[in-house]
Amino acid sequence: MGSALVVHALDGRGARLGLYVGQPLANARAMVQPLTVIASDEKADGALLENITDWCDRFTPLVSLDPPYGLYLDITGAAHLFGGEAAMLREVTQKMTAQGFTVRAAIAGTSLCARALARFAHGTIVPPGKEASAVAPLPLAALDCDDKNLRALRHAGLKTIGAVADRLHSELSERLGAGFVTRLKIILGAEEKPLTPRRALPDLMAERRFPEPVVTQDAITATLQALAESLSEILERQGRGARLLEAVFFRADGKVDRIAVKTGEGLRDAAVMLRLLRQRLDALADPLDAGFGFDLIRLEAVLAEDINPATISFDANENARQQIGFLIDRLSVRFGDHRVQRFVAQDTHIPEAAGVAVPAQDDFGPQNWALKRLPGDPPRRPLRLLERPEPISVLASIPHGPPKRFRWRQCVQNVVHIEGPERIALEWWKENSWNRLVPTLGETEKQKKERAEKPRPVRNYFRAETESGMRFWLFRDEHQTGWYMHGLFA
Amino acid sequence: MARYGLPPDRPAIPLGHPQADSILGGGLRPGALHEVFAGGWSASGFAALLAIRAAGAKPLFWVRRDFEGQEYGAVSPSGLLELGGDPRQLILVRTRKCDDALAAANDILACGHVGALLLEIRGQPRSLDLVASRRLSLAAGESGASAILLRQSAAAQPSTALTRWQVTSAPSRDDDEDWGNPRFDARLVRHRTGGLGHFLMQWDSEHAVFQQAHPGAVAAAPLHRPADPQIAHAV
Repeated sequence: MGSALVVHALDGRGARLGLYVGQPLANARAMVQPLTVIASDEKADGALLENITDWCDRFTPLVSLDPPYGLYLDITGAAHLFGGEAAMLREVTQKMTAQGFTVRAAIAGTSLCARALARFAHGTIVPPGKEASAVAPLPLAALDCDDKNLRALRHAGLKTIGAVADRLHSELSERLGAGFVTRLKIILGAEEKPLTPRRALPDLMAERRFPEPVVTQDAITATLQALAESLSEILERQGRGARLLEAVFFRADGKVDRIAVKTGEGLRDAAVMLRLLRQRLDALADPLDAGFGFDLIRLEAVLAEDINPATISFDANENARQQIGFLIDRLSVRFGDHRVQRFVAQDTHIPEAAGVAVPAQDDFGPQNWALKRLPGDPPRRPLRLLERPEPISVLASIPHGPPKRFRWRQCVQNVVHIEGPERIALEWWKENSWNRLVPTLGETEKQKKERAEKPRPVRNYFRAETESGMRFWLFRDEHQTGWYMHGLFA
Repeated sequence: MARYGLPPDRPAIPLGHPQADSILGGGLRPGALHEVFAGGWSASGFAALLAIRAAGAKPLFWVRRDFEGQEYGAVSPSGLLELGGDPRQLILVRTRKCDDALAAANDILACGHVGALLLEIRGQPRSLDLVASRRLSLAAGESGASAILLRQSAAAQPSTALTRWQVTSAPSRDDDEDWGNPRFDARLVRHRTGGLGHFLMQWDSEHAVFQQAHPGAVAAAPLHRPADPQIAHAV
């Protein structure tokens, strides 16, 4: 409250000495001396929790955050890989304790049941269906409900979850609310709420664990190759290909590195997978650091889609298309997919938006490009468009007309031929914070209306040729005086 | 004439200008490095037009740095269409550094299914040296993809290019009502397998080919292009 410092967290000894979370710090200091006080940093705690979550990926990809101090691991179907549930619980607990954390864990059939047990009866492994009896002896605090409900329950003389459960179908529901009842049911193992895993579950994955962590480039490459071959085999059998591959490197000391490779078409060739992964690794700004070694390396196919058998053909054109696709993939992996672009046609008056640059790996289907000139006429649109129209100084002009002499980028130009105006009304444009006009995709109806009511910018475009043969695209904004250079013709 | 270091013989691609094609021995030779030194804003279009001729129906990769984009503007697919090119075959690669641009260029030239690579570099970066030039020439020679190197604000240096052009814009004739098609004063200043020349070259956007530029010019024989129902003519 106010600006008083309160206790945010404390250790076991402090708790035993009577300190509690939320206690004013002054009181705590008075009660216990000496007292070591560290400033809390919730942001850092959050980041740490996320790191731990990532690290737990080695046990199961279905890890969810339970802030501020908790995690859920959905180990359905995974426990046998670790020698059974008891062994898995031991291993998770031991490994995290070894990293310096105090861990309390439990295994149960539903999330909130496991949560309650972890906090109040840690180490419990609940046999299937026995959730209700496992939580019955737990105190009310294990319900983790709000104070109002807690008081109501205490007032009713209830002391354990079991007692509350006995009254489940009675007046409880009305007094405590449907939310409370749902939570209670989950704790009792009667229902489950869906968890949101931190990462989407990949479609396919192959992994290799190393009792002796691997450090060398060769070992890592050999592992990636073996994993790529495993995935390739499965993809082959399923008739699918990967569009997004992620290689995950788990360091023995907890750090997790991920590198991703996107491809333009479903990929299942192990050699190509390996080549793209190695290219991505080589292109990393900070090279992969194995530290004391990786004890788990995993290859995930995050997006695997069906490969249409028709696309695998011996047709020469098809082969050419695929080879170009692979070239584009290689360039995209090396330089970033926003740097390897194709153009997509847009039906718009706005010159800058008539062709949108998009990653070449993405498929936008057949394109319809609209010619602006008439047959036999010279070009109506310039080969290059300046990223931002630049003002020109008009030195001489026809009265009320276009420039005859102007200066642009410190050079004086004498206009000999000029044609225009081509009037382009920019009604679909809006200015963004960089003062650039962009097409208005994704606008709400209200925004559309607001803009329709504002005066629309209109540009009058002229194409001009100078004495020396330079060919420019100029415009004047109808509402403002001033001429601009927008494009350069060949 | 020594054949050492020259690309394998492949059928030349006619540019459309009778004298230029004659001196070139039929036209632009694919699978080779051709350099264009452009003086001025519009002259650089010459390189793009060579690339359009060289690429034919195959993909055209345009490689430049962010620097060139800031200086000369973005490549406009509409502009390419107006010139008779096909925006669908254009792939643009933007890199940060010259080394990256060269690496991309070599990667692209290694693929035989590429029609043409247009590498646009302003100034005189150190990495664009004789060694780099030779790598580009060799890559093009092996795959058959053509490499057009566009230089602006640069002086010619030793290179292994098969041809080198120095180009400025040429003004349209005063009485020309249809002014505006690209027109160039083009000098062929280096030609490893033939003579040099100086040509006034006009581009025919309708047929995507060069033609001789003089009064009462006869239109060049139209290049055969398959009918393309997806190009609509705006009214």
